Amino acid sequence: MYELFKNLGSWLTSGAQWSGSDGIAHRLAEHLQYSLLATLVAAAIGLPLGLLIGHTGKGAFLAINLASFGRALPTVGLVVLVFLAGGLSMLPVYVALVALAVPAIVTNTYAGMTAVDAGVKDAARGQGMRGHQVLFQVELPLALPLIMTGLRLALIQVVATATIAAYVSFGGLGRYVFDGLAQRDLVQVLGGAVLVAVVAVVLDVLLSTLQRFLFRHRTA
Amino acid sequence: MTIDWSWIGDHTDDLATLTVSHLQAALSAVLLGVLISLPLAVVAHRVRPLRGFLLGISNVLFTIPSIAIFVLLLPVSGLTRTTTVIGLTVYTLVVLLRNTVEGLDSVPAKTKEAAKAMGTRPLRTLLTVELPLALPVIMAGVRIATVMSISLVSVATYIGDGGLGQLFTDGFQRDFPTPVVAGVVLTILLAVVADAALVAVQYVLTPWQRRRA
Repeated sequence: MYELFKNLGSWLTSGAQWSGSDGIAHRLAEHLQYSLLATLVAAAIGLPLGLLIGHTGKGAFLAINLASFGRALPTVGLVVLVFLAGGLSMLPVYVALVALAVPAIVTNTYAGMTAVDAGVKDAARGQGMRGHQVLFQVELPLALPLIMTGLRLALIQVVATATIAAYVSFGGLGRYVFDGLAQRDLVQVLGGAVLVAVVAVVLDVLLSTLQRFLFRHRTA
Repeated sequence: MTIDWSWIGDHTDDLATLTVSHLQAALSAVLLGVLISLPLAVVAHRVRPLRGFLLGISNVLFTIPSIAIFVLLLPVSGLTRTTTVIGLTVYTLVVLLRNTVEGLDSVPAKTKEAAKAMGTRPLRTLLTVELPLALPVIMAGVRIATVMSISLVSVATYIGDGGLGQLFTDGFQRDFPTPVVAGVVLTILLAVVADAALVAVQYVLTPWQRRRA
């Protein structure tokens, strides 16, 4: 056990391991690229949907059930399925990652919108604000903290799951996990796993700090 | 992409075995999660300083990717069912702990005072007053944890377990979509059925809630 951790330490810190096209630096960049792009696409789909459902109050049933459907969907199966249907490209990975992230974004956006005080919305309308003005100038700013939480949650899940890209022969930090498993090289597997976990935790801390900084004037 | 229905017909026994094994892994994890999170939640609820600490730890554990947890456990428990169950349990803890603490918080202070005034001891108050009243919120957590575990079991296919997840590896290696479709559909069905079963359990356990609903 001790030997293993010593090897893991030297694997993670050796200069050679960090450079080159199979190096940690390159794999890390790939991993971040997959994760950020997938979360961005998911946000482009999930945010308008959540705002619309929250603003109109229509489709609440969809918003609630989407979350539990999203949790039930087996990501590995989805990647393999799209892969077999669509052939060798990054598409299956992105489809699976986006499908994973959209429910978290929609439900949190919706939750943020419903948490906005009805009296505040009425007051805005009473002052003669139009529907879209109420949405963008009143509801959206007030719902922002919960919306951010949803985006954070989605990004963390996506970072953790982007490991899967390596399963269908692409890069990212999952490369070490799957290559290590194939070569029965436990140090490499553990190295990859530790790196993914560290990236997820660091991003989470960064985003929650940013969130706290942005909303430092708020009490709630 | 066409589905080979005869393959499904020929493999109903295998599919049933995998489904049972899948459910077993998920339910063991949730059960273990409940057993661990219940005492921890009581502590977090009563001892304020420990609350942030316990919830914080479970949040950090949640950010670790599932495949990473399974792999990190390999030196400890190897390529076994134990690894799958421990890994899944770690994931259930976040949801279960948070919901149980919230559930206990939601019990009105007056109800607890009334129990105290009637001479009920703290442990008995916890078991017969607080926990039953917190049950709806706790059960909401159990439902989320169960559905999540059922979907996550398939990740354990990378460490040689994974219940229905084995169908994904199988289909991928043979470039044969039918088992993959069967695996995805059965996983979702299993999640829906388990969720409905838990709703029924909650209905039976909380008779006082029925009139309001």
